[in-house]
Amino acid sequence: MTSATIYKRELSSYFAQPTAYAIIVIFLALSMGLTFSFGNFVRVGDASLEWTFFFWHPWIFMLLAPAVGMKLWADEHRTGTIELLGTFPVSTWSAIIGKFLAAATVWLAALLLTFPIIITVNYLGDPDNGAIFSGYIGSFLVCCTFLAITMLVSACTRDQVVCLIVSVAICVTMVLCGYDDFTRELGKAASPAVVEIVTALGVWEHFRSLIRGMFRLQDFVWFASFILVCLLGTSAILSAKRA
Amino acid sequence: MIEVENLTKQFGSKRAVDDLSFTVKKGEVLGFLGPNGAGKSTTMRMITGFIPPTSGDAKVCGISVIDDPRHAKSSIGYLPESAPLYHDMTVTGFLKFCASVRGLSGSVKNDAVERAIETCFLGAVARQSIDTLSKGYRHRTCLAQALLHDPEVLILDEPTDGLDPNQKHEVRQLIKRLGKEKAILFSTHILEEVEAACTRAVIVDRGKIVADGTPEALIEQSGTGSLTDLFRNLTTRDTEEAAA
Repeated sequence: MTSATIYKRELSSYFAQPTAYAIIVIFLALSMGLTFSFGNFVRVGDASLEWTFFFWHPWIFMLLAPAVGMKLWADEHRTGTIELLGTFPVSTWSAIIGKFLAAATVWLAALLLTFPIIITVNYLGDPDNGAIFSGYIGSFLVCCTFLAITMLVSACTRDQVVCLIVSVAICVTMVLCGYDDFTRELGKAASPAVVEIVTALGVWEHFRSLIRGMFRLQDFVWFASFILVCLLGTSAILSAKRA
Repeated sequence: MIEVENLTKQFGSKRAVDDLSFTVKKGEVLGFLGPNGAGKSTTMRMITGFIPPTSGDAKVCGISVIDDPRHAKSSIGYLPESAPLYHDMTVTGFLKFCASVRGLSGSVKNDAVERAIETCFLGAVARQSIDTLSKGYRHRTCLAQALLHDPEVLILDEPTDGLDPNQKHEVRQLIKRLGKEKAILFSTHILEEVEAACTRAVIVDRGKIVADGTPEALIEQSGTGSLTDLFRNLTTRDTEEAAA
């Protein structure tokens, strides 16, 4: 119940300020721009969105998702409203859930607004819409993972800029780990065990199977547990900060 | 209504609040005096459940803040020192949010918001964004938030800080009026406020109570008829501390 109230407040705060609009517009411009330029959507002539469209999402999210999540706790600390929230009869956990879902909703809206590409690809060819659907789920999960990381960092600092820089650094690392070119180079220098560990930390292994239309339980478990650990960490940091 | 029992807070090597005990009964307005850094805000933050005490306990309406924080918090109205607000909201929007978080809904919520707006003279700015308000209005918006759920206990951290003399007067009158049926604990630096609004006052210094009594008794205790003299005699000046 209180989660819903906090969710509503956070969401209206995103749309009361230019933040959400700016992010959504930049996301749409980048994702479409990359699809039609470097993605060679038209020339490839392949009626699937796997490598032309979804491929770019982690690269965009690693820079933009932290911009949505950075204010979540940093701003509460800076303005002192954390003291109001901390003295209301609500649990920290319901505030965390409310805030996280609000940020996720902004991204859900951004992703849904890419619908013209689905219409286009269906008009031009005969794509596997199931794979497109699972691609969207994969995209959204990658985005939620990055938001959860940002939230964790946000709980540590009152400075949004610090939060943004640190979160982007972590997200960039997660995108690079497990990216083929990177692991190939790493394989020349490090032992296979190290490569395996690094790959396991990256998002590609789990994202790749989803954009191919494969629903594997292990991917969902990976995303869900990563997000859950970040949210639990946020809760722990917030209580430690008050003590 | 408020029972503080051996409350202690240790920050690293510094003991901010040292074995503090006092009570505030219904119908009492307790003025909480002391120099900056004496532990007033820390004490209030512990009573409101924002920070956990190192040891000791605070009970609000008989409910321990440590054992049952949610229950205890629901009967407290709290105005933090800096009067924090969500700046992207309107006054009404903010108060409605606070009311919902406190579990009010429907017409009860709307009535509570209207009443708080009226009590704190916010009618003129109710639809305005908090961003555009002057300091006095911001302070009163945060005060309105503390009154929404008609709490039995009010904890106000420097409620008149930064207000102009007219606003100070209004807030003191409000505290006096509310104090008839609530237990109020408020901190201040302004000593005449004690005579104007309190039924009792305590002076704290370095986390300990150094004087406790009705304003009249405290003035008598000073020997010179001035609360300022008593305050200066009993408390440590930070310049002294720096020299020591």
